[in-house]
Amino acid sequence: MMESGETGKVKPVVGLFVTCLVDLFRPSVGFAAVKLLEAAGCTVRVPAGQSCCGQPAYNSGARAQARAVARTVLDAFAEVDYLVAPSGSCAGMIRYHYPALFADDPADAARAEALAAKTWELVSFLTDIRDMDLSGARFDGTVTYHDACSGLRELGIEAGPRALLGAVEGLTLTEAADREICCGFGGTFCVKYPDISGRMVADKVEALAATGAGTVLAGDLGCLMNIAGRLRREGRAMEARHIAEVLAGMTDSPAIGRAEGEV
Amino acid sequence: MEITSPTFKANAREALDDTTLQKALGFVKVGFVDRRAKAAARLPEFEALRDQAKAIKDHTLANLDLYLERFEEKVTAAGGTVHWCRDGAEARTTILDICRRLEARTVTKGKSMIAEEIALNDFLEEQGIEPVETDLGEYIIQLRHEPPSHIIAPAVHLVKEQVSDAFRAAHTHLPADRNLDEAPTLLAEARTILRRKFLAADVGITGANFLIAETGSTVIVTNEGNGDLTQTLPRAHIVLASLEKVVPTLEDASTILRVLARSATGQEFSVYTTFSTGPRRAEDLDGPEEFHVVLLDNGRSAMLGTEFQDMLRCIRCGACLNHCPVYGAVGGHAYGWVYPGPMGAVLTPSLVGIDKTGHLPNASSFCGRCEAVCPMRIPLPKMMRHWREREFERHMTPAAARTALGFWAWVAARPRLYGVMANLGARALRIWARGRGALVRVPLAGGWTAERDLPVPEGQSFQAQWTRRGGAR
Repeated sequence: MMESGETGKVKPVVGLFVTCLVDLFRPSVGFAAVKLLEAAGCTVRVPAGQSCCGQPAYNSGARAQARAVARTVLDAFAEVDYLVAPSGSCAGMIRYHYPALFADDPADAARAEALAAKTWELVSFLTDIRDMDLSGARFDGTVTYHDACSGLRELGIEAGPRALLGAVEGLTLTEAADREICCGFGGTFCVKYPDISGRMVADKVEALAATGAGTVLAGDLGCLMNIAGRLRREGRAMEARHIAEVLAGMTDSPAIGRAEGEV
Repeated sequence: MEITSPTFKANAREALDDTTLQKALGFVKVGFVDRRAKAAARLPEFEALRDQAKAIKDHTLANLDLYLERFEEKVTAAGGTVHWCRDGAEARTTILDICRRLEARTVTKGKSMIAEEIALNDFLEEQGIEPVETDLGEYIIQLRHEPPSHIIAPAVHLVKEQVSDAFRAAHTHLPADRNLDEAPTLLAEARTILRRKFLAADVGITGANFLIAETGSTVIVTNEGNGDLTQTLPRAHIVLASLEKVVPTLEDASTILRVLARSATGQEFSVYTTFSTGPRRAEDLDGPEEFHVVLLDNGRSAMLGTEFQDMLRCIRCGACLNHCPVYGAVGGHAYGWVYPGPMGAVLTPSLVGIDKTGHLPNASSFCGRCEAVCPMRIPLPKMMRHWREREFERHMTPAAARTALGFWAWVAARPRLYGVMANLGARALRIWARGRGALVRVPLAGGWTAERDLPVPEGQSFQAQWTRRGGAR
């Protein structure tokens, strides 16, 4: 599957698993991911036949439904060298939970194991596999970074995004208090228990805003939509963006939950 | 105790609106968490000890019958008695029989979650026996006639003023104008009251953090020394313990003790770690004449060999509660039974059934912080998910959610159809938004928009745009 590039170097073929939320709500994150992966020397494909990783069903206890959705991912990404997703949650689902989901399914257990082994979250792929040099990126402003739970605790993503942000010229990173605490999104949790989720996201935006940063970045659109939606509900000026947008220098479009001209 | 888990959502709402409770919960979220982190950081082998502790319990659970029988042999050899009790009723009757035989009128108690589990205090009171809680936190909530809200800090939901009020209401023989504004004066008053009770007690009941098979010893850890007075002064000491508390050796108990206090309170060791082996021997200067171990199953043996067996490794340190953002938001009482937080979300359905406790394993964002700090490496989110699976299989999931999920999964398993529908949905939201970046209200998304705006899709879906641009598939 490795393809030779113009320089003669072997380029790995990365299948971008765009994730259902990015696909529907924020396509610009998908294009930022493509730009970063290509800059990191990869050939990028977006395999047809992808919808969602199946996590909503899996975490609702609907194993059969989760498997039906997950099989579309097994099918679509069988041929690529890597599956890369701009989400720690979806990457964690595939890498960490697919083997468990298919453990008692003789037809697909091996395929699930194989896919899990080549699945990466975008930022950790760039830092850990591609050792990416980000020189030239620029973002003028102070940002804070929210560690999404799945990426942080299932995949151990913590230093990587900070290292890449440190290479962005003009960017100042200021850390928030309680940065390892959940924002209250939790997939279907946020609509099943809105009162509790609401308190959690209120506490989170309070801590984020206290940094004085103009923008909050994270690697997961679910958390970002939750945080951006709450920031807007509370009338706070802080903006929310996916970290890929900043790393790729694609921050001309309005922030999450903002329209052109809206503050 | 009466179970209020079925009304978890209403309990949670009430807790979120209770400003005093919210103030009290502040300590859990900051104090316990900081102290544990510092204690773990100070011990280079902490992570290795967690692995060892887990391995000890896994081995014990795989040979539970062997170690329990050995434990009984050793207790008997030391002159004590083990009472095997299948459920709470058997345990209560066993304890009552001992108390009746000794004509006990007052029973002092060390802190025991098992006693809460079998509602022992209410039962003893009904039988005309006065139970006196001697752990300060337990004493406070006994005065207030409420259950504990935390497994190691039972009164953590209270602020100092509420404790002062409870003392003034209960200790009416003391001067009304006494100073109860500070912790030391509160403590002194409790100590004075309890000292008399310690001396009057006919029977002392404690829990156990460990039962040691090789010696027949029971172990408690406390910070107040109340457990020692509870078990040493009365004529009989009754240890109330569930059967998964057993470990093979003293060495094993020591290993687990090294992670217990660090995980619980951030102490290196609790102030008191007390080992009890049998009743007073001829040469002993003090100690009880009788030593009983009430060994309770109450549903635990049924967890062996199931996907919930790992839960039996739990050593009740409370770290999962302290690090849980849901527990931190609503406190322990909202969970509606004895065991709150992540460990309760797994254990409570196992002990009292999923029918009444269906909310508990669902009320988690699966943030994973509980598993990250659990000294016994119990995969709590995974087991909560197993409960959700059982609920889904049994059609306990609310019908609307089930239908929506089924429809969504059916479409998502057909990516071409999914792509068409996603784009229709995106377009509908954009039309509805009329140029705004986010929506305050959206039909069928009330759960989302109750607490935050819904960002509107930027435009066509990524995949549609990718195809249109001729991107590689």
